[in-house]
Amino acid sequence: MIFMKPLEAAQTSTLSSPGCSSRKVTENVATPPIMSSLAVNGVSCRGKVLTLDSMNPNVRRVEYAVRGPIVQRAVQIEKELREGVKKPFTEVIKANIGDAHAMGQQPITFFRQVLALCSYPDLLEDNKFPEDAKKRARRILDACGGHSIGAYSASQGIECIRQDVARYIEKRDGGIPSNPDNIYLSTGASDAIVTMLKLLVCGDGRDRTGVMISIPQYPLYSAALADLGAEQINYYLDEDKCWGLDVAELRRALNAAKQRCKPRVLCIINPGNPTGQVQSRECIEEVIRFAKEENLFLMADEVYQDNVYAKGCKFHSFKKVLFEMGPEYSDSLEMASFHSTSKCYMGECGFRGGYMEVLNMDPEVKAQLTKLVSERTAVLAALAEKARLTEEMFNTVPGITCNPVQGAMYTFPRITLPQKAITKAQEEGLVPDMLYCMKLLEEEGICLVPGSGFGQKEGTFHFRMTILPPTEKLKVVLQKIRDFHLRFTQEFS
Amino acid sequence: MSVLQEISSNVKNMKQLEYSALARRLKQIKEDLRQGVRKPFKEVIDVSWGDPHRGGMKPLTFVRQVLAACLYPQLLIDNKLPVDVRRRAQKLLDGCAGRSVGSYSATGGIPEILQRVSEFISRRDGGVPSDPENIFICCGSQWALTRILNVLVNAEAAFTTGVLAPASCHRTTTLSIEGLGGVVIPYYLSEEQGWELQVEELQRALESAEGACNPIALYVINPGNPAGHVQSRRSMQEVIRFASEKRLFLLADEVYQGCIYGEKEFVSYKRVLAEMGPPLSDTVELASFHSASKGFMGECGLRGGYVELVNLDPAVQKYIYNLFTTDSCAPLLGQIALDLMTNPPLPGDPSYFQFDQETQHIKSTVVKNVKKVCEAVNGLQGFSCQGVEGGAFAFPRIHLPAKAIQKAKDVGMQPDTFYCLKLLEEAGVLASPGSEFGQKEGTFHIRFCILIPHDVLEELLRRLTHFHSQFMKDFS
Repeated sequence: MIFMKPLEAAQTSTLSSPGCSSRKVTENVATPPIMSSLAVNGVSCRGKVLTLDSMNPNVRRVEYAVRGPIVQRAVQIEKELREGVKKPFTEVIKANIGDAHAMGQQPITFFRQVLALCSYPDLLEDNKFPEDAKKRARRILDACGGHSIGAYSASQGIECIRQDVARYIEKRDGGIPSNPDNIYLSTGASDAIVTMLKLLVCGDGRDRTGVMISIPQYPLYSAALADLGAEQINYYLDEDKCWGLDVAELRRALNAAKQRCKPRVLCIINPGNPTGQVQSRECIEEVIRFAKEENLFLMADEVYQDNVYAKGCKFHSFKKVLFEMGPEYSDSLEMASFHSTSKCYMGECGFRGGYMEVLNMDPEVKAQLTKLVSERTAVLAALAEKARLTEEMFNTVPGITCNPVQGAMYTFPRITLPQKAITKAQEEGLVPDMLYCMKLLEEEGICLVPGSGFGQKEGTFHFRMTILPPTEKLKVVLQKIRDFHLRFTQEFS
Repeated sequence: MSVLQEISSNVKNMKQLEYSALARRLKQIKEDLRQGVRKPFKEVIDVSWGDPHRGGMKPLTFVRQVLAACLYPQLLIDNKLPVDVRRRAQKLLDGCAGRSVGSYSATGGIPEILQRVSEFISRRDGGVPSDPENIFICCGSQWALTRILNVLVNAEAAFTTGVLAPASCHRTTTLSIEGLGGVVIPYYLSEEQGWELQVEELQRALESAEGACNPIALYVINPGNPAGHVQSRRSMQEVIRFASEKRLFLLADEVYQGCIYGEKEFVSYKRVLAEMGPPLSDTVELASFHSASKGFMGECGLRGGYVELVNLDPAVQKYIYNLFTTDSCAPLLGQIALDLMTNPPLPGDPSYFQFDQETQHIKSTVVKNVKKVCEAVNGLQGFSCQGVEGGAFAFPRIHLPAKAIQKAKDVGMQPDTFYCLKLLEEAGVLASPGSEFGQKEGTFHIRFCILIPHDVLEELLRRLTHFHSQFMKDFS
């Protein structure tokens, strides 16, 4: 049997032997190649059934920069470090992915208690667990088949959980009703986003569904659109206006796209990823008006709704604004909004919990609530501080400019690269910001994601970094990036 | 005009589930019972799912203790949990970023868990090597299957992609194929020969597809669902040779490998392939699927499954990896469930005794169930059942009288759906009609889960026997 290591399969060679049509064979590290024995036995060589040519061509276009080649290299480097290889750094700082717990953020105690009780109900007898956690666990278990979280649920999700989610949404939106039947629980918001897109993409040729998405964007969208063979319609966020969204730009993008496809969907990420901007209420109203005018399905990715730091910035849910615009809009605009347990102060990425909504206190209790709120506030305050620190630091570096991080958990600074570096990158067949990030990884052990992974205005370069590492470590990271940038600029001047 | 009036034709082409009508009725009946409406039964026995916990089976204590400790590490300080539980939880948390199950993991899964899963596979297959780089842990085996199908099914090609699948097949698989723009090429298992897979039938099915589509893959499920057969080695060798000759990618769904009741042993497709030696062992492309949802663990809700890829073109596998990255990673709880499934407590471990008791109990329960079901069903007029050698279900055949078939037609229902609806309303038992899965024209079946407590099964059979006799009388 051939055991291939895809990540290390970088070399290819073409073998030509009697009786075989020449084909590419990848050097196998683990076992010797078997092609020669095939030829010797006189058995006819058999090309693979599943090849680059026969596979679904759409899958070849799928890229997801957040876990792309730079991250794979980072994993290799970590392995080398473990094996004792000497490097200019002792650990790789993975600032590429929005994973709070990985960076040391603590889970919320109450949530973990409820989960533990649900998974091992014998603990309901244990007096170390608070009553409210037990009550919540019992309620959830009552709604599970066989009182077990190991049972399948209905595909839409356990009903009582959808009811709870509906109540949460109602509270968030100042009482605007939410129907649990319009809520779909999913494996992370990503699953719901892809499901929605799967549903909406149809048509052939010029009738093919066009989906509007921001540049820069979270690359799940481009990956899903590539996989589905949908037409991606890019609208550019304005970096000079703190990544603001201008409806004129939406209009431009839409009209240009009408030549080649049928625009049907408008995706917007608010607060933004990778950009971290929080759209103003006026902007949201304009987007809603635009979507209605142009008969577009609105997909509002709001997974970072609880990550808002900047003073004067506030999260406005699309649903709330929609309803406040009156029945002319709230009765007709088709919309799905997405949320997740992976972000915000919970940061429970590993649970893969998300939902979409399709449209249209006793002193003991108070003590628990206070505890919960304080945990939550501490987390957010720390993030706000880190956001500020990051913006300040980067803006002191000549060649790096950084918009304020208003929300989400990333910074997306713009880097000016010397022409020599751009040329060097082209020679190596790399996008310039990938060259930059690769060097940063190799020299400093810091793993970021190049801006090309998210889309950016032609001729500009960026990188995305999370602001999740603990403050002290973050300061070190910022300094290292600063030093690296100055060195890099020097080297290629 | 609603944007949603125009939706993906692939989605529109996915056939509506028969189950929906029954599900609606079930909901109504449950509500009636809650409100105290009098019925001939106090509660509904729902055996339409392959879901042991829903049916009343208990989760394994060791598994749940480890999960709880991983979720809430405070429990590690507690002496109440056995020491091997605490040790295992520590080890698992060591493999998690930030020592939390709330972090993302590497795309294919936590590397330490992938390593242990690969070792399990190798042990299971008598030493055939297994490389963790070829294993991807996903949110359930069906999710993994859909991902692989996504790579195989070329919706843009001139010719529709065809996938050979059993004529009686659980719907998630066929829906996935259709949803991706592919077409199912059905092959019939030989019911009279204990649902045997005969290669001549594969040949016939393939020929029937000539000119209609481009067959690229052959999907087999062993042990079977809905039919509970276990393939013989010889049959598997024939399938492998067929796949090789006809240039088909082999998809081996082996999620029920832990559910074996008769004399036949489970042997994996990978093992049979390896034992057939080169050139087949080096060339036949295979994806095999397993899951924490079935077997003794029955942890369907935790969403832990994996696919192992064998002999794939490395260039293609790179793209498969990319595709998996867009899912971020499988839920950590599901990954942990797989780890525990593939590495249970060993003799000598503090938890072993209870673990062994619990699994032996489940095993003997199901063996008893299988025997009882076959006896009961074969003892009734108009009802017959092939032996259940493995899997989670019984799939007996009902020989419906002409009157019943006519009545069903009159109300616009498939005859076995009609039977199941009446079974639900009059006896409070929810089983799935054979038409849900597909079956030979003119035959009718029902499927029900047998991974349930013995007393529940006895009650089920009591109600079914009573209902069936009455039904046959009424429609004679």
